[in-house]
Amino acid sequence: MARRMADLLFAAGTVLLLVTAAGLAALWRAGGRDADRMLAIQLLGSAGIAVLLLLAPAMGDAAILDAAVLLALLAALAACAYRASIGASAGAARPARGAPPELRRP
Amino acid sequence: MSALVNAFTLLCVAAGIAFYAAGTLGLVRLSDTLSRIHALTKADNLGLALIVLGLLPQAASLLDGAKMVAVWLLAQLASGAVAQVMAEAVMAEAVMAEAVEVGVASAPGDGPT
Amino acid sequence: MSLLFDAALCLLLVAGALGVVTARGARRAVLAFIGYGLLLGLAWVRLDGLDVALTEIAIGSGISGVVLLRAVRAVPEAPRPGTRPLAALLSVGVAAALSVMVLALPEPAPTRAHDVAAALPATDLGNPVTGVLLVFRALDTLLEKVVLLLALVGVWALSRDPSWSGRPAPLSSEPASAPSAFLARVLAPVGLLVGLYLLWVGADAPGGAFQSGAVLAAMGLLLLMGGQIRPPRTSSPRLRLLLLAGPLGFLAVGFSGWATAGVFLGYPPGWEKPVIIAVEVAITISIAVTLCLIVLGPPSAEEGT
Repeated sequence: MARRMADLLFAAGTVLLLVTAAGLAALWRAGGRDADRMLAIQLLGSAGIAVLLLLAPAMGDAAILDAAVLLALLAALAACAYRASIGASAGAARPARGAPPELRRP
Repeated sequence: MSALVNAFTLLCVAAGIAFYAAGTLGLVRLSDTLSRIHALTKADNLGLALIVLGLLPQAASLLDGAKMVAVWLLAQLASGAVAQVMAEAVMAEAVMAEAVEVGVASAPGDGPT
Repeated sequence: MSLLFDAALCLLLVAGALGVVTARGARRAVLAFIGYGLLLGLAWVRLDGLDVALTEIAIGSGISGVVLLRAVRAVPEAPRPGTRPLAALLSVGVAAALSVMVLALPEPAPTRAHDVAAALPATDLGNPVTGVLLVFRALDTLLEKVVLLLALVGVWALSRDPSWSGRPAPLSSEPASAPSAFLARVLAPVGLLVGLYLLWVGADAPGGAFQSGAVLAAMGLLLLMGGQIRPPRTSSPRLRLLLLAGPLGFLAVGFSGWATAGVFLGYPPGWEKPVIIAVEVAITISIAVTLCLIVLGPPSAEEGT
């Protein structure tokens, strides 16, 4: 790949990283729930996939696409793990299941 | 010819990053977690699609191009399902918070009883 | 221009590390740590260590995330006063020592990469990492698999005596939600395919047994969290066979090396690649099952047998 094109792809990757960083910082500080923070992690995963896709032609290594596949799979695992970790701590009574209450506005 | 292809790539990649930026902005500015899930999945997926479209001409071989499309398809599939999981997690947390308030369950972090 | 990208990545890494350390509450720190693992994966890609990047993403971020999110439920929200400054001191000290050592390395740094490159064609492999793991340092890999098994035995030993042969507790205290079940059913087959692909391609490109095993373990965890499979009984003979397939298979190849090649862990000449592949399949299965069981934890009597 031409050097110029590679440089431009690196630049695009840099912009994407910085945009994501700004979003992560704002989302992390904004308070709110842990679910918002998990969404920030999902954002990082999604942007990471895009960055890896940009790096693959820029670095001339097609195997980087495999890393992108892994990222997609494992980000989903993290979300699932987050969902599974919600719930009463070991040994405590489980809350009664029923119609969920009105969601609170933060 | 090559200049045209490169211009196409840059245009699509730039548009893709713009969508990522829009999605990130929505993620930050929207007030409700459920709305944030929308911003994350819709805008980011479109951004990824545009980036993949732009990078297809730059792929070293047909297999690499197919792999990029496969990554995009997987990301679509995963993010759709993850959106549902996260939304259900938000509901479950609301139920937990209610139960903790009422006193039926212990808050997480209190340690094993 | 790549320098600018690396600078941005380093910035994100530092910010991520600060986010982990300054998070209020253990759960937020764990979430930040999962994000930090993803960023480390990107860093390894930039360092041309793609095999490590794959492992970091699969284990450092994914599976560790599952373990930590479970563990954090039993941890008090606020650490004891005095723990934090001590931990900070220790971490900074270790980081400083490592930095000094790395920066003090002679230029060019001592390496055996040339020897590996020279000897690789004889192994019929194209990926030098796989060559080192399965041929040049096969003994280390064999011992690693045994260590993994010992770790699992250690985890099982934490169970109470009456529940020794039972099933580990499920990963979630509530029955699996419908979206989690959907996610598991949709992604697990894809992940299985990706795992098999990584195993196959590891001979000539980044990948290999460990990365493949980690991905398969991750898919196993996904199925467990989605309520698609139950934690197995630890006394199940089939389970134990799967756990032992890797270490024992590798050991068998090792001993037979005396007969076929004259040295322990020697591969029969002309048959290197098929034997290596067979060994890789065996250890991948064992790694996947072992990692999955380590995350599940010790067998417990909570669930009615």
